[in-house]
Amino acid sequence: MTRQGECAGCAPGFGAENAVPHARHRDAEFHHHHSHASTSHHSGDHHLLAIEHLTVSFDMYDSDAPFFAAERRSHEQLHGLSLSVHEGEVLAVVGASGSGKSLLADAIMGLYEPNACVTGTIWFDGELMDAKKLPQLRGRGISFVPQSVEHLDPLMRVGDQIIGACARADRDLRRQRMRAFMEAYGLDASVERMYPYELSGGMARRVLLICALMDEPRLIVADEPTPGLDLDIAVHAVEDLRTFADGGGGVLLITHDIDLALTVADRVAVFHGGTIVEETSASSFASPDTLRHPFSRALWRAMPQHGFAVPDGSADGGCA
Amino acid sequence: MGIVRSAVVQLLRFMALMAAVSFITFVLVSASPIDPVQANAGQAAMISMTAEKRAALAERWEVDTPLLDRYGSWLSDAVHGDLGDSLRYNAPVVEVVANRLAGSALLLASAWVISGVLGLALGIAAGALRGSAIDRAVRLYCYMLSATPAFWLGIVMLMVFAVMLGWFPVGFSVPIGSSASAVSLGDRLYHLVLPALTLSLTGVANIALHTREKTIDVLSADYVRFARARGESTWSIVRRHGLRNLLLPALTLQFASISEIVGGSVLVEQVFSYPGLGQATVTAGLGGDAPLLVGIALATAALVFAGNLFANILYGVIDPRMRKGVGRVRSIGA
Repeated sequence: MTRQGECAGCAPGFGAENAVPHARHRDAEFHHHHSHASTSHHSGDHHLLAIEHLTVSFDMYDSDAPFFAAERRSHEQLHGLSLSVHEGEVLAVVGASGSGKSLLADAIMGLYEPNACVTGTIWFDGELMDAKKLPQLRGRGISFVPQSVEHLDPLMRVGDQIIGACARADRDLRRQRMRAFMEAYGLDASVERMYPYELSGGMARRVLLICALMDEPRLIVADEPTPGLDLDIAVHAVEDLRTFADGGGGVLLITHDIDLALTVADRVAVFHGGTIVEETSASSFASPDTLRHPFSRALWRAMPQHGFAVPDGSADGGCA
Repeated sequence: MGIVRSAVVQLLRFMALMAAVSFITFVLVSASPIDPVQANAGQAAMISMTAEKRAALAERWEVDTPLLDRYGSWLSDAVHGDLGDSLRYNAPVVEVVANRLAGSALLLASAWVISGVLGLALGIAAGALRGSAIDRAVRLYCYMLSATPAFWLGIVMLMVFAVMLGWFPVGFSVPIGSSASAVSLGDRLYHLVLPALTLSLTGVANIALHTREKTIDVLSADYVRFARARGESTWSIVRRHGLRNLLLPALTLQFASISEIVGGSVLVEQVFSYPGLGQATVTAGLGGDAPLLVGIALATAALVFAGNLFANILYGVIDPRMRKGVGRVRSIGA
C-alpha cells in the first residue's frame, strides 16, 4: 500500500482476495485479472511486479467554479488499476496518447506531485511495498527508461550522466561497465565526452537504456521510449527491451503504439479510461474474437492492417 | 574572424553608450534649476560680490553658454582624452573619479560579493525546500527587504548598531582625525561593515527571489525527474544538476546587479558620509558640476557595460551548446 499527500477518503486498498496474491496457479489459468503468455513464469511463486487496485487522484481547486469560491476537489486519474509483470516477459501497456498512462510509471517509481493521493497495493518480487520502500527501489531493482533526450542534463557530459551519482570508490567500476555497455550497443567511445544536444535520436535512445541497465535492474519501466524516432530505430529500441526480458528481467513498456508493442510484447494490458480494461496474451490480438473488452476490439480495428477504424463511443461500454 | 567582428561590434556599442550617457547628463544638468554660481559661492558671498567677480564666476561655470556649445566643446576635448576639470573639486575629472572610485571600490566589491553569495545560497535553499519553514522565512525576508529603501535601512542600521549599541562608527571610511599613513586595513574594514551590510542586504532580496524561481524551474525539469527515478537524493540532485544549470542565470543576475549596487551606493554613502563615488555624485549633482557628473556617469556606465560584457563572454565558456555552436558555424564556413 502506498499513500502520499493528505486528503480525505484515501483508504488503503486491501481486499481479502489480495491477502495471498501469489498462490501457486496453473499457467494457462485466468488469474489476477490476466492470462499468461507462454514465456510468463513465476519464480518463487510470485510475480516480479504486481499492482492491485491502484488509484491516483489529484487534490485541486475546482476549475469550473469562480476563482474565490472554488473548493478543493479530488480528481481521480487512475482507478482500480491492476496488472502484473512476470520475470522474462515484456508487458506492454497500450492506450491513447495523453490518457494518463505515464501516471502509472510515476506511481511505480514513487514520483508523485505533492497534491497526488495514491492508494492501492504494489508488490515487488513478492514483497509488499509502501511509500517508504518504493523510492528505495529506484535504481536498485526498478529502472526507468524515459521518453527523450530531454531527460538528460543539458550541461553534463553523457558519460558522467550514465555513470550517475555514486560513491567515489565505485566510479571506476561503473565507468568500465559503461564502456562495456556502450560497446555492446554500438556507441562510439567519443559519445562519452559529448553533451546531450549532440546526440542523434538513436544515440540518445541507447544512452537512456544504458543509464537504466547500469543499475542492473530486475524490472525496467519504459515510458513511451519511441516517440519521434524513425521506425527502424524504434524497432531497435523495443528489441533491446526484448533482449533484456529474455535475459530474465521484466519489462513494463508503456506506449501508444500497439503495432510496435506487439512485435516484442508477450502480453498486452489495454489502458482505457484510467484503468486496465484487459490484460491478455499478445497472441490474443491475432483476432478480435479472442479479445474480451470492447475497447480492445476497437484498438484492434484501429490498427493499420485492420482498416484504421476510429474507435467510437460505443466502445466505451463496460468501463466507468 | 568571428572574434574580431564581435569585438568591433562591442566597441561600437560601447562608444554609442558613452556618447548617449554624456549627452543625457549634459541635458539633465542644464535643465537643473540649480544656479551653479550661487550654489557654489554661497548666499552671503553672492551678495557681497562685485558684479565683475560674479560675471567671472558665471563665465567659469559656463552658465550662459548654450547647451550644444558646451557639449560640443566638452566632446571635442573628450575625444582627445581630456574629460575636463571638476569645478567643485578644482582638479581634473579623471583624477577625482579615480580617487573616489578607489574609495568606493572596497564597498562596492564587498557588497556585490556578499549579496551574490548570500542571495544564491538563500535562493537555492528556498527553492529546493519549497514550502518549508526555511522557504517561508527566506521569502518573508526578501519581500520585506525589497520593499525597504536602502537609505532608510542605512539609518536604522546607524541607529541600532552605531548609536544604541555603539559597535560600529557612525560614519566615514577611516577614523576621524588620523593621518592617511596611520590608517590600518583593520580600521578601513571596521568602517566598511555597516555600509557594506546595508548595501548587500537589499541586494540579497532580489537575487534570492530570482534564484529561488530558477531553482524551482530546474528541479521540475525532466532531467531532474530522471535523476530522481535513478535513485538520486534531492541533495545530490541539487549538487550535481541544480548548481550546474543555475550557474548561467545566477551569473546574469550577478552581473546585472552591478548597476543596482552602484545606484544603491549613492544613497548609502550619503547616509554613512562615506567619501566615495556615490557621495561625489551627489556633490556634483547639487553643485551643478557638469564635467564631474559626466565623468562619474561615464565611469559607472563603463563599469556596468564591462560587467555585462564579461557575463556574455562567460556564457560562451560555460555553456557547451554555445561553445560548440560557434565551433560548428566556423567549421561550416571553412
